[in-house]
Amino acid sequence: MLSQQAKSDAIEKAAFSLIRIMSYLILAFLIFIIGYIIAKGYSALSWEFISEMPKDEMTRGGIFPAILGTFYLMIGSALVSIPIGIITAVYLTEYAGMPLLVKIIRVGVSNLAGVPSVVFGLFGLSLFVVFLDFGTSILAGSLTLGVLNLPVIIRSTEEALMTVPRTYREASLSLGATRLQTIFRIVVPNALPGILTGVMLSLGRAAGETAPIMFTAASYYAPELPNSIFSEVMALPYHIYVMATAGTHILETRHLQYGTAIILILLVLALNSIGLFLRYRFRKQLKG
Amino acid sequence: MKDKKKRGITKSLIAEKLFEKFFMIIGLSCLIVLLLIMLFLFGEGVPILRDVTLSDFLLGAQWYPTSVNPRFGVLPLIAASVAVTLLASVIAVPLSLAIAVYLAELASPRVREILKPAIEIIASIPSVVIGFFGMVVVAPFLQRQFDLDTGLNLFNAALMLAFMAVPTIASISEDAISSVPVSLKEGSYALGANRWQTIFRIVIPAALSGIWTAVILGISRVIGETMVVLMVAGGAAVVPDSIFDPVRPLTSNIAAEMAEAPVGGSHYHALFAIGIILFIITFVFNIIADYLSNKYRFKEN
Repeated sequence: MLSQQAKSDAIEKAAFSLIRIMSYLILAFLIFIIGYIIAKGYSALSWEFISEMPKDEMTRGGIFPAILGTFYLMIGSALVSIPIGIITAVYLTEYAGMPLLVKIIRVGVSNLAGVPSVVFGLFGLSLFVVFLDFGTSILAGSLTLGVLNLPVIIRSTEEALMTVPRTYREASLSLGATRLQTIFRIVVPNALPGILTGVMLSLGRAAGETAPIMFTAASYYAPELPNSIFSEVMALPYHIYVMATAGTHILETRHLQYGTAIILILLVLALNSIGLFLRYRFRKQLKG
Repeated sequence: MKDKKKRGITKSLIAEKLFEKFFMIIGLSCLIVLLLIMLFLFGEGVPILRDVTLSDFLLGAQWYPTSVNPRFGVLPLIAASVAVTLLASVIAVPLSLAIAVYLAELASPRVREILKPAIEIIASIPSVVIGFFGMVVVAPFLQRQFDLDTGLNLFNAALMLAFMAVPTIASISEDAISSVPVSLKEGSYALGANRWQTIFRIVIPAALSGIWTAVILGISRVIGETMVVLMVAGGAAVVPDSIFDPVRPLTSNIAAEMAEAPVGGSHYHALFAIGIILFIITFVFNIIADYLSNKYRFKEN
């Protein structure tokens, strides 16, 4: 009896140690990846690196056009995904008039979230670039990234709207406010931090995605900055990809590739951290 | 005076109705996008059947899209996707479950506050950065360590993809494990089971449908991931016979060849047809995951 007790205690101990080790392994790998990239790339970083045009077939100089292009794509995609996403979420949570339709839309949202990013690229290519004849452009890339980000915005907005207590709505309605007034003056403002979380996460995703912009917006090298929404752009993730895989200077420009990766990681991490911080604060505020 | 007020109310009622309709139309946009994706994928992909039969396309072992007599057999690409996905899951699922159990049952609040954001950070790292790391750091390491021709191969890709799949699987599994009612655990303790026995025999089985949802969504992400396999998998369109063979999964094939495929040509249609395959696979996986998670929610009530 005692030996069986001892045996199961030993098994418990071993299992818990294994679980602990596996969990820390992931943490260690994360630190290793980020640390390694920073160690290899930080020598490339300078004010010139982020503010100047590339020089000598991109073997020297800065990555300013790629940073600018990524910002254009972030803003463009946000203009598509934020209004549509928020209104969709408002419809799904605040109007339950047609439960079946709401259910079907929810299934649609979760399926859209599962569509591989390269398939969004194909979609953007065939619809925006070829069929609507926008060409490889900021416009086509923004629209593609915009629809890709719809589920991100819809889900986090929905989550935020649902955490607003029903009593707020009831109080507002009983004071004679209309449904529309209740939604836009009471519910949405109270859910705002949660909605902003979704916005930040979607901006981070727009900055980091490569496959959807490969055939819709990105160019290998643009000698001039884009001058309209129909221009091709350089973008940070695509820049890393082409510098690391194509051309004749792959090895000589390694430090520039690491440097670009650092800039991209910093940008995406900053956006995500703001988003997660807002969510953390928001949840805490609701609890307490 | 009264009339005026009444008219004001009817006016705002009309506005309410109009806005509800407007919101509904915007709300339909996701479905419209989904339909458009299908329409354009099938519209551009199905014409490949003018050049090859469906069985030759799916089961053909030769992918030579640009030769004089082009061959469009995607079997090696499908085999590559399946192999990479299976291997990545074998690595990612145990790791993710360990993390989920650790976060839900064992970790102190302090450790949780570090580990949870760390997992979210992993989820946010752009795939091109992971691919870059696999290419310039992991590949040379594997090549030296195992004395290979190239470190850009199936194993490397699976390793990187497993890392990317961990956040999805771990966080959804953790939710499932955390929502197992305390009373179940208390019952188990009362019968004399220790913590591990309770976790392994009570908590995990009770959370199983949620864990399945997590695994399926994670696998679905792995199948659809593009940049990592494009940069790391090696790119050879051959059915692999070792985990150290270079391979060319479906996603990377589209990304690698789209730029050189003339719009409207056979090659272009073939790449869209590959997109259809990917779309159907991930669609089915998502439906299954949706179904399981609804079932699981029902159980909770």
